[in-house]
Amino acid sequence: MTVSPAPVHSSINPRLLDASGLSKTFGIIEVLKDISLTVRAGEVHAIIGENGAGKSTLMKILAGNHQPTRGEIRIDGAPVSFSGPVDAENHGIVLVHQEILLAPDLTVAQNIYLGRELRKGLTVDDQAMRSGARQAIVDLGGYIDPDTIVSRLSIAQRQLVQIARVLLVPHRIVIFDEPTASLTPHETEALLKVIRDIRAKGVGVLYISHRLPEVKEIADRVTVLRDGRLVGSHDAAELQPADMARLMVGRDVAKLYPDRHAAEVRQAVLEVERFEVPGFALDAAFTLRKGEILGFAGLIGAGRTELMEGLVGLRPAKGKVVLNGHPVSFTDVHSSLKAGVAYLSEDRKGKGLLLTKDLRVNLTLASLGKFIRGLQIDRKREGDALDKAIKDFDIRTGTKNILAGQLSGGNQQKLLLAKMMMLDPQVVIIDEPTRGIDIGNKEQIYKFIAALAEEGRSIIVVSSEMPELIGICDRILVMRTGRIVGEVQGEHMTENEIVQLATGVNAGAAA
Amino acid sequence: MSAATTDTAKAPKTSRDWDMAAIAPFVALALLLVLGYFANPNFVSVANLTNVITRSAFIAIIALGATYVISSGGLDLSVGAMVAFVASLMILFMNTGAIGDPTLMLVAAMLVALGLGAACGLANGLITTVGKIEPFIATLGTMGIYRGLTTWLSQGGSITVRDRELQQLYRPVYFGDVFGVPIPIIVIFATAALAAFVLYRTRYGRHLIAVGSNEEVARYSGISVQKVRTIAYIVQGLCVAVAVIIYVPRLGSTSATTGILWELQAITAVVVGGTALRGGVGRIWGTVCGAFILEIVGNIMLLSNFVSEYLIGAIQGAIIIIAMLVQRSLMRK
Ligand SMILES: Nc1ncnc2c1ncn2[C@@H]1O[C@H](COP(=O)(O)OP(=O)(O)OP(=O)(O)O)[C@@H](O)[C@H]1O
Ligand SMILES: [Mg+2]
Repeated sequence: MTVSPAPVHSSINPRLLDASGLSKTFGIIEVLKDISLTVRAGEVHAIIGENGAGKSTLMKILAGNHQPTRGEIRIDGAPVSFSGPVDAENHGIVLVHQEILLAPDLTVAQNIYLGRELRKGLTVDDQAMRSGARQAIVDLGGYIDPDTIVSRLSIAQRQLVQIARVLLVPHRIVIFDEPTASLTPHETEALLKVIRDIRAKGVGVLYISHRLPEVKEIADRVTVLRDGRLVGSHDAAELQPADMARLMVGRDVAKLYPDRHAAEVRQAVLEVERFEVPGFALDAAFTLRKGEILGFAGLIGAGRTELMEGLVGLRPAKGKVVLNGHPVSFTDVHSSLKAGVAYLSEDRKGKGLLLTKDLRVNLTLASLGKFIRGLQIDRKREGDALDKAIKDFDIRTGTKNILAGQLSGGNQQKLLLAKMMMLDPQVVIIDEPTRGIDIGNKEQIYKFIAALAEEGRSIIVVSSEMPELIGICDRILVMRTGRIVGEVQGEHMTENEIVQLATGVNAGAAA
Repeated sequence: MSAATTDTAKAPKTSRDWDMAAIAPFVALALLLVLGYFANPNFVSVANLTNVITRSAFIAIIALGATYVISSGGLDLSVGAMVAFVASLMILFMNTGAIGDPTLMLVAAMLVALGLGAACGLANGLITTVGKIEPFIATLGTMGIYRGLTTWLSQGGSITVRDRELQQLYRPVYFGDVFGVPIPIIVIFATAALAAFVLYRTRYGRHLIAVGSNEEVARYSGISVQKVRTIAYIVQGLCVAVAVIIYVPRLGSTSATTGILWELQAITAVVVGGTALRGGVGRIWGTVCGAFILEIVGNIMLLSNFVSEYLIGAIQGAIIIIAMLVQRSLMRK
């Protein structure tokens, strides 16, 4: 079995890993059913599927984080059974997790070398680790000071650190589970280049992403999962993104963005003037109207998230904020929620959901007041609310008695949306609404955002995905290094104009 | 059974894990009772058991408050010193003779104790939340303060209830019973029932658990983290006061060394009961069970001949480590 016996079409590359008949059951719920898969050297093999299809679970099995309930994994033809992730690493299989798993209080360099510190005599060689870390991140197209404490980094920066850390392990197969979900186009491009480089060295790559054009760009093979089953495995050249979407969802996803009538000019709901979040946003001014969807574009670090956090009282800020004609100043989220302004964090795992608590507790956490009868929480009403939320937001889970952390990434996002909508807010600020969400669910969430605006609510969408902003917003404000530098509307809402404003390059020509 | 996998199905793996962690202390308690029987058949007599449980009352009640503080992600090392401090001030208040009627005086003294306990808790809470000092350090500091003030008040000796009549009137609060059930035991269960209701059924309890399991999520959900934590310390102070109220009539006096190391026993009871030290999980009945376990272990050692009772401290130390190991292995799949 050392020579690969089946040279099918272009796949003459040697097989590194064969999985056959893999199944995985959690409790009584079977999340993977009879999956077979081959990873070849020098090939990028993309795994696509809806949220909860089982992609991450499959990858965790291959990387030794989970034991399969049934089935077999062979490496170079020899059956293996991993006792844990370290065992898999010793076989050359490494995994970049979908979740960020870093020690928040250590520096970037310390995280990258955690557990395999470089040594000089008896002490650790900080100098070498620092420069190694800096180089590893530069290779990924970023620049982060290796001495920064990880808890100070943005999600995108943490993702780069995590990738750098994994690539440091000697590897034959690298698994990327949604590595680009929080990266900007620039960083994504750099990562894809890194992947091409390691592919050229004969490494096998498994790649998960919900961004189908990106899959088209990088993948040699595409395998589709749906509801834990393998739908098919195709040569990437045979598939267009639209075909991938159809295979994933099981129906045509013709139109991603909902129709929006050009909103007539209505009264201002939120007026912001001379607003400052020290260190992050300066002199911000904008107006949000009733029934409007207002986008905020900008590069990572432009201060969009911080501006919004300042507005709802999560950060110290000063300036003038007028809500429905009355000046307001929120010092904490309690007061902003009470006034009808809800903010959905981009960091749903760190700031949005209690991962170790069940769905019911998470859903009602921000709106518990509505569920109090006498002194007690009315659990029955909470349960009914959960049933309704599961239905309305199409949260897919085998059972509702599950911890929020066990939901698939996309379903967690839907739960977070459901949680904040329990408060029936008038102004909804959504930070990265579809990060890590599959195309079918994206369509749903866009429809849902449009419906909220239709109902007369006012929406702010902060997003790094320009097509998304262009697709759903009435207007887009662009931020650069803490300032709002421009506004685009109508036929000016193009990626080109936004990028020019966001980067400041060619700014003169754009005006 | 067609739609067995939807809504009504349970996630057996996860719920079973959690339940096991919750049940473990009760299983341990049952095993201890059996062990005690073999060590000395007198152990399981009603008289001995009521006695043991009565004696566990102080630690049990203080540990209920500690369950709140610990599940909110905090820690309170000052409770032992707080017992001594509140008890001294309570007795000094009774000794002023400010109120002539003994019954009224007693009620007033109890209210004074509760007020003092709440104030001491509030101080701990504000220092950790508003002052943003690590709970370990903050309460290490107040522990020194409360203990030092007690030593000063008692001039290094003891403080005794002077009024004979008052002492007689107060005695039954520790030594009395209702239908044969000693009052301290009633107080344990009543306090625990109240604590369980608040923690599991009310909005405050839900907020407390949220703050303990992820402070940021709580903040982004509009929960005032500082307020929730501060209240947990006040609850701890009130529990200390309740413990003081049943402690004082026992000896009718208190001294500078009252309550030494009680904070460690209370924390042990909480941890043995299955509450995670990192916060986010609170088990009220587990804590009560943990306090019983500690007292029973001591009692078995006294009654049996094969282990010296001088080893009680060592055994209690071993118990906390074993409890942590058991918890850990139950948490893992
Ligand atoms: N530890 C667990 N216990 C119970 N169910 C689990 C557990 N982990 C995952 N699941 C369930 O398994 C299913 C597959 O989840 P998985 O995370 O593999 O999906 P995914 O395809 O990676 O989705 P996404 O695109 O959202 O990341 C989901 O229904 C999820 O709720
Ligand atoms: Mg996943």
